[in-house]
Formats: sequence, structure tokens, C-alpha cells
Amino acid sequence: MSELDSKFIKHEVAHHFESAEQEFDTAKLGMWTFLGQELLFFSALFVAYAVFRFLYPAMFLEAHRHLSVNMGFLNTIVLLISSFTMAMAIRSAQVSNKKHTFIYLLVTLVCAGMFMVVKYMEYMEKFHHGLLPGRWFTGEGTSEVLHIFFGLYFCLTGLHGIHVLIGMGLIIWLLIRTQKGEFYSEYYTPVEMVGLYWHLVDLVWIFLFPLLYLVG
Amino acid sequence: MEHEVDKRSFYEVKKGFMSWAITLDHKRIGIMYLVSVLIGFGLGGLFALALRLELITPDKLFMADKMYNQSFTLHGAIMVFLFIIPSIPASFGNFMLPLMLGAKDVAFPRLNLASFHIFLLGAAFLVLSIFLGAVDTGWTFYAPYSLHTDTSVVCAVFGAFIMGFSSILTGVNFIATIHSLRPPGMTWFRMPLFVWALYSTSILQVLATPVLGITLLLLMVERVMNIGIFDPSLGGDPVLFEHFFWFYSHPAVYIMILPAMGVMSELVTTFCRRNIFGYKYIAYSSIAIAVISFLVWGHHLFVSGQSDFASMLFSLLTFLVAIPSAIKIFNWIATMYKGSIDAKSPFLYFVAFILLFCIGGFTGIVLGSLSLDVNLHDTYFVVAHFHYTMMGGVLMAFLGAVHYWWPKMIGKMYNELLAKIACFLIVIGFNVVFFPQFLMGAKGMPRRYHVYDPEFHVYHVISTVGSWILAVGFIMVLYYLIQSLRNGEKAPDNPWGSLTLEWKTTSPPILENFESTPSVTCGPYEYKGSPS
Amino acid sequence: MNQKADSLVDKGGVWFSEPISTYAAQSDSLFYFILILSIIMFFAIGFVMFWFMIKYKRTEERPEADGQLIHSNFLEISWTVIPTILCLFVFYWGYKDFLTMSIPPVDAMEIRVTGQKWFWEFETADNGLKTTGEFAVPVNTPVKLIMTSKDVIHSLFVPNFRMKRDVVPNRYTRVWFEAEKTGSYKLFCTEYCGDAHSKMLATVHVLSDEDYEKWVDKNLSSDSVPLDVIGKKVFDVKCSICHSTDGSKKVGPTWKGLFGSKRVFEDGTSLVADDDYIKESINEPSAKIVSGYKGIPMTSFLGSVSDREIDGLIEYMKTLK
Repeated sequence: MSELDSKFIKHEVAHHFESAEQEFDTAKLGMWTFLGQELLFFSALFVAYAVFRFLYPAMFLEAHRHLSVNMGFLNTIVLLISSFTMAMAIRSAQVSNKKHTFIYLLVTLVCAGMFMVVKYMEYMEKFHHGLLPGRWFTGEGTSEVLHIFFGLYFCLTGLHGIHVLIGMGLIIWLLIRTQKGEFYSEYYTPVEMVGLYWHLVDLVWIFLFPLLYLVG
Repeated sequence: MEHEVDKRSFYEVKKGFMSWAITLDHKRIGIMYLVSVLIGFGLGGLFALALRLELITPDKLFMADKMYNQSFTLHGAIMVFLFIIPSIPASFGNFMLPLMLGAKDVAFPRLNLASFHIFLLGAAFLVLSIFLGAVDTGWTFYAPYSLHTDTSVVCAVFGAFIMGFSSILTGVNFIATIHSLRPPGMTWFRMPLFVWALYSTSILQVLATPVLGITLLLLMVERVMNIGIFDPSLGGDPVLFEHFFWFYSHPAVYIMILPAMGVMSELVTTFCRRNIFGYKYIAYSSIAIAVISFLVWGHHLFVSGQSDFASMLFSLLTFLVAIPSAIKIFNWIATMYKGSIDAKSPFLYFVAFILLFCIGGFTGIVLGSLSLDVNLHDTYFVVAHFHYTMMGGVLMAFLGAVHYWWPKMIGKMYNELLAKIACFLIVIGFNVVFFPQFLMGAKGMPRRYHVYDPEFHVYHVISTVGSWILAVGFIMVLYYLIQSLRNGEKAPDNPWGSLTLEWKTTSPPILENFESTPSVTCGPYEYKGSPS
Repeated sequence: MNQKADSLVDKGGVWFSEPISTYAAQSDSLFYFILILSIIMFFAIGFVMFWFMIKYKRTEERPEADGQLIHSNFLEISWTVIPTILCLFVFYWGYKDFLTMSIPPVDAMEIRVTGQKWFWEFETADNGLKTTGEFAVPVNTPVKLIMTSKDVIHSLFVPNFRMKRDVVPNRYTRVWFEAEKTGSYKLFCTEYCGDAHSKMLATVHVLSDEDYEKWVDKNLSSDSVPLDVIGKKVFDVKCSICHSTDGSKKVGPTWKGLFGSKRVFEDGTSLVADDDYIKESINEPSAKIVSGYKGIPMTSFLGSVSDREIDGLIEYMKTLK
């Protein structure tokens, strides 16, 4: 511990906890509960998706052809890699390896950035072809309600994108704290919590990809 | 861990505006919530009085159609989002939960403060919307009306959306607190029943509120960008909005009533000096209500065009959710058996709760019956029903909680005689307002009507007069509570002789809650003579 | 229109209006059954509670409880099982009646209903008779209403029939009834739909077979009626909620002196109100919005007002100087 002391800032347990372990378990429980609400938050959109797919199956079939499966697949791979590096960052923090923690977090951040760039390119292409929600829809298609698919597409991927952006903000915050040396074998709660969040963001995408890009 | 404990009350440790605005102390946050919800209640109450006054004549009295519609919308939205939902869990829950468990604070104090600030922000948007062209959609914001009206729907909905997060974060906090911060000996079945009620409420808050969040978000997006999910003119489905809305808003009524039921368990044990009858039944029935309440939202849509089969299932489940509430009432009554009953003002609110909530419950059975709901849906019968449950239930419990915990929270006593008179006035006024509404609703008076058929005139006049009695009752409460704040007699640590942990510390409590972590060796209500 | 209708309050019992449809009385009896059970339970609970309060009142000599009974399986089971059985019984009763209410007989006469801010339109399928704000049906005949809305959600409610169903844009909803007694009955909109929600009323006339024939004949032969009389009739049921004839401001501009006057629009243009402008304003209201009335767009009346009725409205408008 003495060797660690010099490299890391020692964490103080908050006054209302008995031990660091209790504090960690509490934070983890709170985070899982929060993730439960995140799932419910997305769930209503998935239900809306199901309802409209049931109402207009042919329209969904037509609409999904306007999406690029390659781009979606690329993004899936990028996010899966980022989930892996996130897990490795937590592992590194657990063994007090500051350098590796930092690198893995950075790779995760880069992956997240790549995801957003690809997403941006996809959005631009949709804008260009007028494949927009509701009133703004000017694209070509045989179905009269094609805009509903894009309404759902932009809501689902938009909300997911916002979550990725928030995640990127959190990872930057972790990077700064890692650099200061706040995370080590006895305190890595924030890394673990952001990790859980990041896996959820990944998971949501794992559902979005087949639902939006691989219809039919 | 040994350190000197500051023995001053939490009010005296620090003073000044900032000591409140950025406090991490759950007790101060609880007090701030209490003040906020009381302001919300006052505001919503003013709208209610204005509405009742307007309805004293069948034709226009002083409001135009639109203003009337805006007023009932604001009355509903303010009462629901600014008062009832946060009333008991956010104010008394925050203050009492750690004390009752024997903990020093909630699990995440900073998150707790954040949820209060988020609540204020949301409330600010809701209040701001009043000045930007108050919403006239009804508090239910039904599409497609809410998509095309020219009032400030986005601002108000955004306010409700933000307040939703406050509710979620409070729920997360309470769940973590109850799981992790129980001191040695405080097992699950030694927790006071109010804590059980808060626990089941929190589950509902965490799992139901996000659906409201996304629904309101979609409504805003739909309104601003016309994405065509709810708007029928773009191929969307307005009934989907109703399903989403009630998926939250039905569990929401249990978010409101469960903590109220928790308060009832505390009141009946304390004022009867009795161990609770059927502890586990009451605790489990809270959980049962929390679970089943997720599956009954469709009973708001019996006449909206959902399939008959769906209506059948929702009706069946609605009857099932009534059972746990009935179990609780029977257990409370049985708790009174052979007790030593002291009918102090908090206990009078317990009695009022039982009587009014029974009426609310029985009329709930009426409305849950498919064939009867067809006739009574969206009439004054429904208005009366939910006021009997929400006002006769939650508000009575809230007032009971105010009177019960006032000495602990404020450290002073109030005038007991005035409190009793006010309680009678409120109960009488309440019944005069709402009982005639059952009758006129059954006769066919639709709700949300600004002008109405003159044949309903007499019912409306009685109802309006009742609202004045009710107002006098509330003003009395306000009067003697302010009097108590200014020069009330100092409260002892345990004025009612209660056994739960919050009474083991000083009134008002010290900053650290307890001088040393209490150790728990028995259940919360083991009054003299309890079987060991 | 509503003045002629039967009173809801004076006729019938303390609780409900007079039951007129075939299923009304059956539905009411379930209510009375629950009511009696509730009264018994309410007074039982209240009695026990007050009795305990008096009997076990805290006194100087008796500061503590006499006994601490905290558990009884017998009680718990009985007050769980008995209410459950009662509830299931009530559920079944309500469901059975609900099925009767929601499944129309196959031979029912069809009436198409359209809800629009803020009036009701009815079209009898058999004879093509279109009426607004009222419709007639023969007594003792099953009638099916097929309903849709042109704008927001409305709900059609006839208390005497114990009948209600939401009227939703973009889809059809159905209800049916069979009235057993002649008379005129009130019809309300019960889904909040905006400013004049409380004025969105109509009347259902239940007529004997002969009277029904007469009523149909009278309403079908409107060709010989002078145009401005037709116009006034249409105005009263479709326009008067938002437009006045005396110069006062309602949701929309007044019609007094409108025809032939100069209209200034939101976009700054203006023109003199002539026949074409009036017709356009009825069929395509958002094409030209009069300055100061941008708030609530008027719903298009295209298709719900015939060309002849528009002519009538214009003639009627000309009389309002």
C-alpha cells in the first residue's frame, strides 16, 4: 500500500458509510437500478416500433432498404470493440495499472468518436435524400407513411446517439481523474459505473441494428 | 471512526441561504421539498377554488371557455406533478427514511440534492408555461389535441419531463439506501412499514417514470417536428399515446397512495400503542400493489377502442389490485383491537383516511366493472372517485404525517384543539365538495365542462359551497402551524411515545441523526405486552 | 336543441337517469349490487373503528394496550379470500354486460357519425339522410353507430342509453343501442376537445315508426326551403360556436357585416369578402387567415357542408348587416 500511496490519491469513504466495500456495493446497486430505468426509457420507443411495424409491415420492408447495412455493421463492430476496451479499462484500474487504464479508456473514447462520425455520415445521407420524419419528408418511395419509419429511426438512433455523447463526456471525465491518479485497486467505483453504462449503450445498439437495418 | 458528535440540531449547525441551497443533509432537503410541495398545493388549490367558483353558474361567470380549460389543466398538472407525487416520498421520505432506518443519510446525498434542484427546474418550467400561454390540454396531454393547440404545451411538458427525472433519481436513491444502509440488527422485517411503502414506491418510480419521460419527449418532438408517431393526420396513432401515458400514470397513482398507506401504519401503531397486526401482509401487499399496478393501465381505455379481450384482462387485473388495499385496511382496523387509543389529531387523519379511502375504493370497484365504466367514464363520477382516493387518501395521510412528524421536524408543538377542529372542517368540506359529484356524474354530467346543463345546477352549487368550507379548514391549518413555528411550545423528543427510531433522537434531530449508530434488536412496533 | 330533451335529473332514481336502452337496466343493477355491498362494508368498517375508539380509549388507568394480538391466519385468509370472490363475481357480471354492450346485433340499422370541433354529424345509411346536432331512430330497433373524427379525439355519450365510445380520427369505432321508449335524449361529447368542448351537444330522437317516417320525409325535402333559412340552420349548428352574428368576438371573427367588407390577412394582403372568398374560407380555412386569428386554425368543412348549404350560408351572411 505504501508504494501505491505515492502514486495515487487515497479515497475517503463518505461519512455515512461504514466501509469502502459498503460504499462500492451501494453505488453498484444504485447504478443497476438506474440502468433499469434506462431500459424502460428505451422500451417505449421499441414498443412504438413494434406497433408501427405491425400496422405497416410493407412500409418497413421498403424503408429499411434506404439504410446502409454496411455502415450499421461497421458501427456495431466499433461499439463491440469499445465495450471490450471498457472492460479492460476496469480490469486495469482494479490492478492499479494507471497507464493501461488510461490507454484503454482513450481507445474506448476513440471508438465512440468513430461511431458518431459514421452516424453523422449516415444522417447526412438521409438529409440529402430527404428521408426525414413526418412533415419534412421529401424522399421518394411508394409507401405513403414512409416518414413514420424515419421518425422512429431518428428518434431511436438520436436518443442512442445522445447516450453515446453523454458516455463520451463521462469517459473524458474518467480520463482526467485517471491522470490525477484517483483510481486504484481500492477505489475504482466511477470506472466500473461508467463501464456498466457503456455496456448498456452498446446493448441498446445491438437491438437497434437488426431492428432498423435488417428488417425482413 | 470515533469522533466528537455535534449535539446542536441540524438547523443550528449552519445558517444562511447557501447552507440550504447546497446542503447534502437529507433533513434539510426534506424540509425544502416540504415547503415546495406546500407552495404547489397552495397554487393548485387556488386554481381549484377558481374553478369551483366559475361552476357556481351554469353559464359563464368570469372565465372564458379557454381560460376555464387552462385552469383545470393547471389545477391537475400542478396538483399531480408539484404536489401529490413528491408530497410524501420526497418530503417525509427524505427526512424520515434514514432516521427510521438508523442511518446517517441517504445512500447518495449529492444525487439527492441534484434531484431537488432538478425538481425545482422542472417546476419552474411548469410555472413559466402559465405565463407563456397556459396549457389547455388537460393534465393528460392527449394527442392529437395537444399537438395542435396554440398554448405552451412544450414548455409545460418539458417541465413534467424534467420533474420525472427528479422522481427517478429519488427512487434510485431510496432503493440503494434501504438495501445498503440498514444498521446491524435492522433486518428487512424489522423495518417500519413506512420504509416498506417507500421501497415499493421507489420501484414504481424507477420503472414507470422513464416511460412517461420518453412519452413526453416524443410528444414534444412530435409537436415541434411532426414526426408522425401520434398524429393521425400523418398516419400516427393517438391511442398509442394514451397507452404510453397510462402505463406511467396508473402506477403513478400508486406512487401517490403507497407512501400514504405507509404513514397510516405508523399512525395506527403509535396512537394505539399496538404492535401492528399482520406486519408481513401489509409489507407484502405493498409489493403486490407495486407489481400488479403495472398491468392495469388499460382500465383507463375501456371506451377508447382497445380490443374487448384487452379490456377484459385489464378489468380482471384491476379487481386483483384492489385486494391488497383491502387487506391493509382490515389489518389496520385489527391493529386497533385492544389498543390504547389516543385520538390525537394525527390519528383523526387516520380515521378520515379509512373512511374516505373506503369510499374511493368502493367507487373504484364500480369503475373497474366494464359495463359500469362505459357509462361513468369521463363523467364527474370519475372526478369524485379520484379525489376520494387522491385527496381523501393521499392528502389526509399527508396532513396526518405533517401533524405526526411536525414536532420531530420542527421541534415545536402546535395547538391540538385547533388541529382537531380543522380536521373536522376539512373532512366535512371535502365530502360536501365531492359527494354531490358522484350523484351528478352518475346522472350523466361530463367532466371538463365549462358550461353545463342547468339541471345540474344544484349539485354544482353545493359542491362550490363545500370548497369554501375546505378552504377555511386549510387556512386554519396554515394559521396554527405558523403560530407553532413562531412561538410553539418546545416539543419533547418523543411526544407520542412511539417506538420507531426517528423518535430516539432529539427533536429536531442532530446533524448526524444519532449520537451513536442505534442497534436494533426487535421489530419496530413492539409496544408493552408484545409477544416476543 | 337540448331544451326539448328529457331531463336526466328529474327522471330516473337518485343515481341514474331513466334507463332507455335495452341493456341500461341490467347495467344499473350491477351498480346497485355493488352499492349495497359497499354500504354494508363501509358501515361495518366504520362501526368497528369507532367502537374500538370508544371502547379502547386511552385513560390514566389504562395507558397501555390490553393485548397485542398480531397474527391470525383465519382472519387474514378470510379477508383475502372473501373480497377476492366478491370481486371476481363483480368482474364477471360487468364483463358479461360489457359484451352485450359491445357486440351489435347483425341486423342493426347503421348510422355514420362524424365528430368535428365542435358538433356532431349523423348520416343514416339506409336513406342517406344527413343531419347535424340531432338524429332520429325508430323505437325498438337496434341501431349501430359507426363513428370517426375529423380532427381530435371526441367521445359520444348518451346517459339514458348508458352508452359511450371514443371517436378517434383515422379509425372507426362502433357502438350500438336499442331504445325502448320514445322521447328525446341528450348526447354529450365526453372527451375533452378544446374551447367549446362543453357545447358539443346533440339530441337523439327516439320516435315511433310513423313519426320516424315523417321526420325523415321532413328532413329529406329541404329543397323548397329558402336559401337563407337553410343558411341559418347550418349556421346555428356548425358555425355559431365560433362565430357571432352580433359583432362580438368569439373564437373566430363575427359574421356581422362581414360580407362585402374588406378583410385584412395575417400575411398583410387583403381583399373584399365575396362569394368565392367565403367558400374558400369554409373549405380551406387556413388559405387566408384574418389578421389576429392565427391562434386556433379552423377545421376544414370540406365535404361536411354541401355546395347548396354554402350558398345558404352566404345568403344568410348577407342578411347580417
